[in-house]
Amino acid sequence: MSSTTTERTGYAGRPRQRDGFMGWITTTDHKKIGIMYFVTVLVFFTLGGLESGFIRWQLGQAEQSVLSEEVYNQFFTMHGITMVFLVVMPLSAAFFNYLIPLMIGARDVAFPRLNAFSYWGYLFGGLFLYSSFALGGAPNGSWVGYAPLSTDAVSNMAFYAVGINILGVSSLAAAINFIVTILNMRAPGMTFMRMPVFIWMALVTNFLLLFALPIIAVALFMLNLDAVFGTQFFEPATGGDPILYQHLFWLFGHPEVYIMILPAMGIISEILPVNSRKPLFGYAAVVFAGAAIGFIGFGVWAHHMFTSAIGPVARSAFALSTMFIAVPTGIKIFNWVFTMWGGKLRFNTPMLFSIGFVSMFTIGGLSGVTHAIVPHNAQQHDTYYVVAHFHYVLFGGALFGLIAGIYFWFPKVTGKLMDEKLGKLHFWTWLLGFNLTFGPMHMSGLLGQPRRTAVLPGELGSTVELYNLLSSVGYLVLFGSALVFLYNLIRSVKRGEASGDDPWDARTLEWITPSPTPYENFHAIPTVTHRDEFWHRKYAEDEAGRVVPVPAGASEDHDPAAEHDEHIHMPDPSYWPLVQTLGFLPFGYGLVFGNFWLIGLGLVWLVVGMYGWIIEPLAEGDDDDPDDHAPSSGARAAASAH
Amino acid sequence: MREHPPARRSRRTPVLVGALGSAALVLAACGDAEQNALDPAGPFSQAPQDLIIPVAWIALAVFIFVQGLIIFSVVRFRTRKDDDGSLPKQIHGNTRAEIVWTVVPAVILAAIAVPTVQGIFEVSGEPDDALTVEVIGHRWWFEYYYPDYDIYTANEMAIPVGTPVRLEMTAADLQRSADLGVIHSFWVPRLAGKQDLVPGQTTFLNVQADEPGRYLGQCAEYCGLSHANMRIRVEAYDDADFESWVAAQTTPATAPADGTLEAQGRELFHELGDGRLACASCHQVWEDGARSPGQGPDLTHLMSREEFAGAIHDMTEENLRQWLADPNSMKPMQYEVNGIGMPNLDLSDDELDALVAYMLSLE
Repeated sequence: MSSTTTERTGYAGRPRQRDGFMGWITTTDHKKIGIMYFVTVLVFFTLGGLESGFIRWQLGQAEQSVLSEEVYNQFFTMHGITMVFLVVMPLSAAFFNYLIPLMIGARDVAFPRLNAFSYWGYLFGGLFLYSSFALGGAPNGSWVGYAPLSTDAVSNMAFYAVGINILGVSSLAAAINFIVTILNMRAPGMTFMRMPVFIWMALVTNFLLLFALPIIAVALFMLNLDAVFGTQFFEPATGGDPILYQHLFWLFGHPEVYIMILPAMGIISEILPVNSRKPLFGYAAVVFAGAAIGFIGFGVWAHHMFTSAIGPVARSAFALSTMFIAVPTGIKIFNWVFTMWGGKLRFNTPMLFSIGFVSMFTIGGLSGVTHAIVPHNAQQHDTYYVVAHFHYVLFGGALFGLIAGIYFWFPKVTGKLMDEKLGKLHFWTWLLGFNLTFGPMHMSGLLGQPRRTAVLPGELGSTVELYNLLSSVGYLVLFGSALVFLYNLIRSVKRGEASGDDPWDARTLEWITPSPTPYENFHAIPTVTHRDEFWHRKYAEDEAGRVVPVPAGASEDHDPAAEHDEHIHMPDPSYWPLVQTLGFLPFGYGLVFGNFWLIGLGLVWLVVGMYGWIIEPLAEGDDDDPDDHAPSSGARAAASAH
Repeated sequence: MREHPPARRSRRTPVLVGALGSAALVLAACGDAEQNALDPAGPFSQAPQDLIIPVAWIALAVFIFVQGLIIFSVVRFRTRKDDDGSLPKQIHGNTRAEIVWTVVPAVILAAIAVPTVQGIFEVSGEPDDALTVEVIGHRWWFEYYYPDYDIYTANEMAIPVGTPVRLEMTAADLQRSADLGVIHSFWVPRLAGKQDLVPGQTTFLNVQADEPGRYLGQCAEYCGLSHANMRIRVEAYDDADFESWVAAQTTPATAPADGTLEAQGRELFHELGDGRLACASCHQVWEDGARSPGQGPDLTHLMSREEFAGAIHDMTEENLRQWLADPNSMKPMQYEVNGIGMPNLDLSDDELDALVAYMLSLE
């Protein structure tokens, strides 16, 4: 963060307000942006959850039609799009935003305004997708959007193509931002092999996004052009190829699965050691396995297409790569289990959700291996068996991990603890509801129930009906459990028990600073000498080799008084990320309705926004002001003395 | 000042109970499920079954092992009430353990991989002496054409028992349909795994039934509005019955006697008047000459089929009448939007009487 100019002129001043409504919408503070991601995710999670409620209502009994086929197809499509693109991915982004700078000892991300741009792109992309309900119907071509069904105007999939592309631009900007931040802004002494595993997984995830998103962008542009502007990339009648779309989609789509799961793996790799009171077992193995998953993840995409037109040689090759991605996944699971082995386990809510992750994800991983048995994949594919599988991975896996993270870092964000009683009630009902909903789907799929059907045919038999009823009852349990969670969240924000700075006796840098995190993150940028730096400042080995706490202030390496930053530079707020991203709306509606005036307006808007961004002045005097946030040396000592 | 939330002991037995409970449900699976992938009725469904069963046992063993480790760790290494607050031994890892849990799973997977690849080539090759049936997926019904016999039929496919049947499949016949085609998937679980039907391409699937009977299936690739209403019926006949089925299907329909209600229906079938589309512009009732199906199902031997409308309705007089009076009430379609499906022809009661009588005569 440096600047060579002291004075620049722009056609609008720069916002200086850091509080209130204006403070939120012009913020470039990674912490506020992280919180905004989180709150927005809660809204979309509610919508996606209600959509799945209608799905379970419809399928709760055979031959039921609570919803017409038309509406059902919109709901299941929007449920998938919402949970993937508007819940799990941005919830990971919320953690990346809040935690990456804190865990690497930085004051913000590398490109704070671009970070705000990513958030607004996410919000407007989501609103754009949901506006389709009021503008002629929501997309109803499923979340994979296979052509040529999706190029038929009745599928409303133009909204999908454009909406996901807006979200993609936002995610791509965020990916570059986080990669640059992790590579360039680590605190002195934080080498790669001293980075927390969450940071490693964030790095791998964002590289996956960087390479995967351009592929889906191309596919979606082609889809958009086919659906609205009459091109024929995927139209077989004129020589186009529908299978091309599938390859492009899954070349993105499979890395996307790891994009959703790796952040959660990073989260539990932080929580398990803290609550086992031991370091992570096999740090290097976990890190390398994560990177290996990232690489192999680009070589397994056609296992989503075993029943498509790809032929036996490709089927064999992708069967092999799919089986072998289970190896690094297994390595991670065993390392997590052996992190607990020999520890002194504390079963607080984050720990319960983390153990739940390991347990449930194992089930999803094993059913994943059965998909690689290609001849039998032809029985499993596009049935509820697959629905069960990926919910065990993305709900039992990703979502359990992310929820563990919410409970774990809630004190960091608010300075308060979430209620443990309610947390445990949430966990046990969540675990029960989850297994009741998705466990029976393994069987209903193998007994012949295809997915994406608006009707549960009575001819599938009473066993399948029973399983579907169980799934629907499980939904009700999950619904109640989600209410407990939301109540706990709101209640704890308002009047949660004070947490102190380091409620879990944690290991990593974000806890070295007060909770809630101060505006500048760290009063002084820490110097890192160990992996699990914070833990090593708190504990050392005595002469007998026993681990004992270091008395406050006794550490010679880390004399807080010696660490003193003369100058704290924080990014200025800005109007432009918000102003520019609003241009996505006219541009997007123009692409959906084939209206060149709107497209032109949107383009001009985006370009004007970019220029406003370029010539925006720095906040007056900011760069030369003496540091007025520096706390007294006493407060600083209290913050880092453990 | 560090504060610790009170560590509470927690039991994970509910997980165990849940796991055992689901195992029990798995074992109980059977009963009246007629579309059951775990109940193979021919070699092309038996082969995948034979591959998956050992894998399922291995997966179950790994499941029990890993969950057992988790439960053991949770119980054994919980913080006890009399804990002295000291830290446990700080172990950073173990290279030998890492190698073991890399190599052992890799070896298990390699052992699974070999028969899998063999199986892929086995089930996909063209069998000797197979009967060929061309399958065309339309929105939202399956059409079957027997090139050896020049038979067209819909929804219900007849096959001879014990004979491999090679399906040559595509989606939508561009020559004759307003439907440019979307992807469907042919799936009759008891006879074979599924295979997608892709417009503009031909895909292949082998099926065979070892016992006579009716096998259920349905479209397994989401294909739009009425995807759920696109069912498949395979009727497996022993050789004599199959021959008489072929004989019946290769006999042209005979026009009903003049002056009957059926004859009126036949006239309406070809000419509705009032600018309304005639049935014959989409459906064929073959009486002489070459068969040339329209974009809808061939109706020559309609009454030889037990179900209609994507095999979601029984072939009864009442259902046929309702179907002709208001097709969308029986199965949602999109004729008004994009020309897919059956239009509402605004038929009067008299017209309905005549047309239904004619349909019932097409045996």
